[in-house]
Amino acid sequence: MEEFIKILSPEYINLTLSNILLNHKNDIYLIIETVLKIAAFYGGIMSLAGLLTIGERKISALMQDRIGPNRANIFKFTLWGLFHPMADGIKMIMKEDFIPKNASKILFTIAPVISMVPVLVVFAFIPFGNYLDLGFYKINFIILDSDLSFFLLIAISSLAIYGTFLGGFSSGNNWGILGAIRAQAQMISYEVVVVLSVLPVIMIYSASSLSDLTLKQSGTILGIIPNWGIFVQPVSFLIFFTAALAENKRTPFDVVEGESEIIGYFIEHGSMRFAAFMFAEYVEIILFSMLASIFFFGGWQVPYLNDQGFNLGSFFIPINHYLIVLMQLASFALKTVFFSVLVIMIRWTLPRFRFDQIMRLCWANLLPISVLNLLLTALIIRGIK
Amino acid sequence: MEILEKIEKIVGKNKVEKLDDGRLVLNMGPSHPAMHGIVRILLTVEGERVKDAEVEIGYLHRGFEKTCENINYNQIIPYTDRLNYVSPFINEVGFVMAVEKMMGVEIPERAKYIRVIMSEIARITDHLTCVAANAMELGAFTPYFYLINSRELLYQAGDMVSGGRVTPNYFRVGGTSFDLSPDFFEFTRNALKELDKNISDAKKLIERNRIFYDRLKDTGKITKEEAINWGFTGPMIRSVGVDYDVRKYNPYLVYERFDFEIPVCFDGDNYSRYLIRMEEIEQSKKIIEQAMEQIPNGPISSDDYSVSLPPKEEVYNSIEGLISHFKLTFEGPKTPKGEIYFAVEGGNGELGYYIVSDGTHKPWRVRVRPPCFSITSAIPRLIKGGYIADIIATFGQINMIGGELER
Repeated sequence: MEEFIKILSPEYINLTLSNILLNHKNDIYLIIETVLKIAAFYGGIMSLAGLLTIGERKISALMQDRIGPNRANIFKFTLWGLFHPMADGIKMIMKEDFIPKNASKILFTIAPVISMVPVLVVFAFIPFGNYLDLGFYKINFIILDSDLSFFLLIAISSLAIYGTFLGGFSSGNNWGILGAIRAQAQMISYEVVVVLSVLPVIMIYSASSLSDLTLKQSGTILGIIPNWGIFVQPVSFLIFFTAALAENKRTPFDVVEGESEIIGYFIEHGSMRFAAFMFAEYVEIILFSMLASIFFFGGWQVPYLNDQGFNLGSFFIPINHYLIVLMQLASFALKTVFFSVLVIMIRWTLPRFRFDQIMRLCWANLLPISVLNLLLTALIIRGIK
Repeated sequence: MEILEKIEKIVGKNKVEKLDDGRLVLNMGPSHPAMHGIVRILLTVEGERVKDAEVEIGYLHRGFEKTCENINYNQIIPYTDRLNYVSPFINEVGFVMAVEKMMGVEIPERAKYIRVIMSEIARITDHLTCVAANAMELGAFTPYFYLINSRELLYQAGDMVSGGRVTPNYFRVGGTSFDLSPDFFEFTRNALKELDKNISDAKKLIERNRIFYDRLKDTGKITKEEAINWGFTGPMIRSVGVDYDVRKYNPYLVYERFDFEIPVCFDGDNYSRYLIRMEEIEQSKKIIEQAMEQIPNGPISSDDYSVSLPPKEEVYNSIEGLISHFKLTFEGPKTPKGEIYFAVEGGNGELGYYIVSDGTHKPWRVRVRPPCFSITSAIPRLIKGGYIADIIATFGQINMIGGELER
């Protein structure tokens, strides 16, 4: 880094500019750091989403006694079917871009974008690691930290529903309209439950930012159990898991898409427009997995690992800082992949709910339980204090 | 329906196709995933409720009955395979037995047992396809593959004896075309064992699954009287508590020699249809096992050479054999003047053939009584008042097969 500053010295660039740069050294560091973090984190999410498309097909094949896709190749080199996401992408781009005569053109065009952008934006609030201390500079593994990041996350991610129902409404197809009506009802209902199910966790750790929440899940309860959300709020986890799955519009809650019922809200969307909806769904799986691990499985926390090393009771092993950072990053990645695979496996195990059954599950079962859970938690916290 | 007006405010006037009173008209099929590409249901819905429905058939009409008038009896057999294409053996049995009854031909014991075994294998494949496709349409993809895998083994058993996987063209008037292959029994026993395993795997995923149960229970309901009036047969009539089964009421072939039961449910909904199909698979397995125990050795086709082909030694060594072979190959079996109705128990119910003959080698008129025709005509009655999602469950359990419906 010192060399980098030397390059920016007066011999190379004119004096005024270098002065500005020298005076704002920290800002430049911050910009470089942020750009690098965005590139790494979003790059990782995008490639994971791409891998999930092939992963879904391979895992379902494994569950169903099939082989799964294995034909896409470059010079007969198939790489266990890993070229399939690329082949799919190329196919989607090459397809005809078609807007139905009856469609409302502007909304039809922007709907896939609206469904994709909010989901991608909220990843900025996700802490994917603790911090890396380079000695002269400390990097926090979060793109945008804010005290209210939990509420920002809920607010922004709920915008994605606009993409879904505008896509359905604007397609000028009655099946699409049905799908969009279902989407509105289902996603709005379950959003309430998602928020209510996470609130007890927020209350217990008294942290409204995701990075703070993760930090407070360190240590142990009773000296042996990791201090994770799942052990403090198991009921919350079950409700969150169910509701977030429904929010995600995946089987068993895929009535919005319901391919054999109403074909789906994106019935008229073809080529890359459809791909955007699809991709947004896979990105949502990743978001859901990350949130589940942050709220209930300690995010990047590794059990019994603190800043210095492993610590269980009186037992202690010191570990190098860089190794700790690596372990924490790996822990977060592993939890994310675990939940993504779990979501995929659930999809290939369960049948689909009926629309009214989904709504009954939400308003008659999940919502009362989550409200009760919230009240109980509040009472207990109050009692302890 | 204010919601549709609100949608119009967002996307622009006249962008939503709706009736004056705000109900939506939906065109379900023929290119709809659940309609198998062969039927169209014109729905009028209010929200998610089906208010009116109209079934349009005819997308798979191939003129089977008219074609039959121009070809001889043995040439019709390959066409019958295409009626109910998931249980082709039963169609063949029904047709050749109608012709045999008309001609008054008695077939050897071994041929009867072969017909029973192949019919029951076909019944299992039929029920497996129905349950598997139904589960898949309800979103449970995995049991579909479990069941279809074992169906594939049974298709291979059919392939082994006839040389055709889906369209076997195996039976002839007066018997069968070939004897069973030597390793058929062992292969079928293994296939049935595999079937046991796959069915228990699939059952674990769906039978007591709360979602699956809720989707099927109390949907597509019909009362006993109505079902009888509509002319239901097969699993559909047994789901309302009528134990009508042609195999018990008019035993044909050697069915009265086997110990099997007719499962009956009393709820008249989709879940009882599912249960009946699963139980019938078990009963069919029982029949196949008994038949494989009891099957005698002997000839496989009638010794009347005006009905079935003489053995090759006689064709090459005697003038009578050669003439019979020539006549039968070029003209086919000849029926006396008259008319006949003969029914067998198909996968979906009573599969009947009504043949009118003017005393030549070709039928004057053939009419098939497809079991799912009367059931399909009751679809509006079954789905009206329910949800759109219920159509999928009901339609799947009806097991409409375009081939036999539209002929």
